[in-house]
Amino acid sequence: MIEIKDLHKSYKTGKSELHVLKGINFSVKEGELVAIMGSSGSGKSTLLNILGILDEADSGTYVLDGVPIKNLNETLASQYRNKFLGFVFQSFNLINYKSALDNVALPLYYQGIKSKERNEIAMSYLKKVGLETHSHHLPNELSGGQKQRVAIARAMASHPKVLLADEPTGALDTKTSYEVMELIQGINDEGKTILIVTHEPDIAAMCKRNVILRDGLIVEDKYITQQRVTANV
Amino acid sequence: MFNRDRWNEILEALSAKPLRTFITAFGVFWGITILVILLAASKGLENGVKKGFGGMSTNSMFVWANSTSKPYKGLPQGRFFNYKNGDVDAIKREFKDLLYVSPRNQLGGFRGSNNVIRGTKTGAYNVYGDYPEFIMQQPMKILKGRFLNYEDISQRRKIAVIGEGIIREMYKPEEEVLGSYVKINGVNFMVVGVYKSISNMGGDAEESQKQIFTPFTSFQQAFNYGDVVGWMAITAKEGVPITDLKPKIFDLLKSRHTIDPKDDRAIGNFDLYAEYSKINGLFVILTVVSFVVGGLVLFSGVIGIINIMLIVVKERTKEIGIRRALGATPWDIRLQILTESVVLSLIAGMAGIIFSTGIIAIANSILDGIPDSSQVMFANPSISLGIVVAALTILVVAGLIAGFIPAQTAIKTKPIDALRTE
Ligand SMILES: Nc1ncnc2c1ncn2[C@@H]1O[C@H](COP(=O)(O)OP(=O)(O)OP(=O)(O)O)[C@@H](O)[C@H]1O
Ligand SMILES: [Mg+2]
Repeated sequence: MIEIKDLHKSYKTGKSELHVLKGINFSVKEGELVAIMGSSGSGKSTLLNILGILDEADSGTYVLDGVPIKNLNETLASQYRNKFLGFVFQSFNLINYKSALDNVALPLYYQGIKSKERNEIAMSYLKKVGLETHSHHLPNELSGGQKQRVAIARAMASHPKVLLADEPTGALDTKTSYEVMELIQGINDEGKTILIVTHEPDIAAMCKRNVILRDGLIVEDKYITQQRVTANV
Repeated sequence: MFNRDRWNEILEALSAKPLRTFITAFGVFWGITILVILLAASKGLENGVKKGFGGMSTNSMFVWANSTSKPYKGLPQGRFFNYKNGDVDAIKREFKDLLYVSPRNQLGGFRGSNNVIRGTKTGAYNVYGDYPEFIMQQPMKILKGRFLNYEDISQRRKIAVIGEGIIREMYKPEEEVLGSYVKINGVNFMVVGVYKSISNMGGDAEESQKQIFTPFTSFQQAFNYGDVVGWMAITAKEGVPITDLKPKIFDLLKSRHTIDPKDDRAIGNFDLYAEYSKINGLFVILTVVSFVVGGLVLFSGVIGIINIMLIVVKERTKEIGIRRALGATPWDIRLQILTESVVLSLIAGMAGIIFSTGIIAIANSILDGIPDSSQVMFANPSISLGIVVAALTILVVAGLIAGFIPAQTAIKTKPIDALRTE
């Protein structure tokens, strides 16, 4: 599903240059649930953003579902993001003047789906995350956990091949974190490929594979026995 | 391209900050209001001034005889001469582009002595000898009876068409006017019509209601004018400015009256076309000035929109980043910002047009309430559909310009940078 080879990325700040990714080799098969870990500043978000075509690597190759991602213009990049990728952010990133339903429907709007069908699909995903009763609430009328569930519903609505989550539980307490992880595990059970950046070992333990970054390199990559959330609560 | 979804997106975005949207819109509203009111006011002034022409054929001139200013072929300088009936025929014969050539004669005049008697009443009025087509050159309203006709001319009928001002002075209210007689310089004329003047050219609106028109031939006979023509009112066909024909007509008259071709002062004339063109030019300038001033005010409104759209884009950088992460293409973003600013300026502009037409309507009803409106140099301020369409076009263009820079700023930011901003 995802295949990257010798990926490099550095940031220029003024005169100094910061080499963040120093040759990442990494591949993910369909249906995997991967946790990317590492200390702060190790380049986790940078890697995820490149995988999400929100940012571009300086060198190396990236193939997403058989499609080489290289030198895309912004229009094509947008279309790939819409078709292939779903994003979940630490700070939810919901549009605050749109209702939960409209937020979930937004990626479908950019696919050109008519409003009636769009709302039906969005509603079915809201139901999936258990928020059909809150469909007309604005984001600031929802709790953090609810917001993240709306964000997950939105990421899923366009039916992406890969779900990318950058510290999805970073802003949530343990109990809500586990609820969100339960949802993510459920989605993964249905066969969706998911990559999660996290600091928390217990969250990483709920994934099937752990990748650890240090100083821009993968220092550890292992498959683990997944901890089911239901067993924890 | 402009479906209901996009429309909803825009309304949602604009109504997210209603007060700011309103204040931004106000600049454009105000600009278009001033533009429209200026244009309507200059139109009103134009209407007011042109009303003075009272529908006169403006492609006309009046030609009279002065004294010669140069000796010529043994004839002295300072010689007086008169036009004759023959001159009228010659001009008509030579110039096919002329519509009317009306010879005229006049009795009375400024502070003239009493020349009209009816029963015990006397009055000093201007009495004209005219041809029937004169009413085409200087329209007047026939209130009763008729104007002169060619039967009157050929039979030299002693008939007269008199102004309603004379009726007021010489008739009792219940008296029948048509068929009555007035004695002009001792000759009886039967009244066959009453007119009301609708122009106030030549100044006095009061005086222009107190004239008497008689058939040209009857006038010459009754008052011993022989074949003398006092002056001529000449109108050219449409598309042929009388000003262009003037020199040739003068050449003809000069040769017929043995006047030096270089004698510019012998023939007096008032060129209505030239005067009218001057006034027209003035109003073209006034309209241009209105457009420029209104346009500049509108421009500052547009700057306001650019400013606000830039802030809006800045504020919504993160939102735009989210949208792009979800699959919005640069064109989606650009289109949204452009349509937002076009819709904003169009709504504001239409409100301005409605508001200013309301003001114009009020102005009109006040003007209608003025009893003697003919004295007011301002009439019927109005804007044409063309101007409204032009204003709306300006607004759309303004909106596009106002949205363009912010739209470019919005899509220049990389999605990842947009998402990172707080
Ligand atoms: N846009 C940028 N410009 C300059 N430097 C950047 C930029 N983004 C990230 N960096 C630097 O790159 C390094 C890696 O950043 P990154 O966000 O990938 O770390 P991270 O592993 O996600 O850390 P955290 O766990 O704190 O989120 C950091 O040192 C950061 O300061
Ligand atoms: Mg990070």
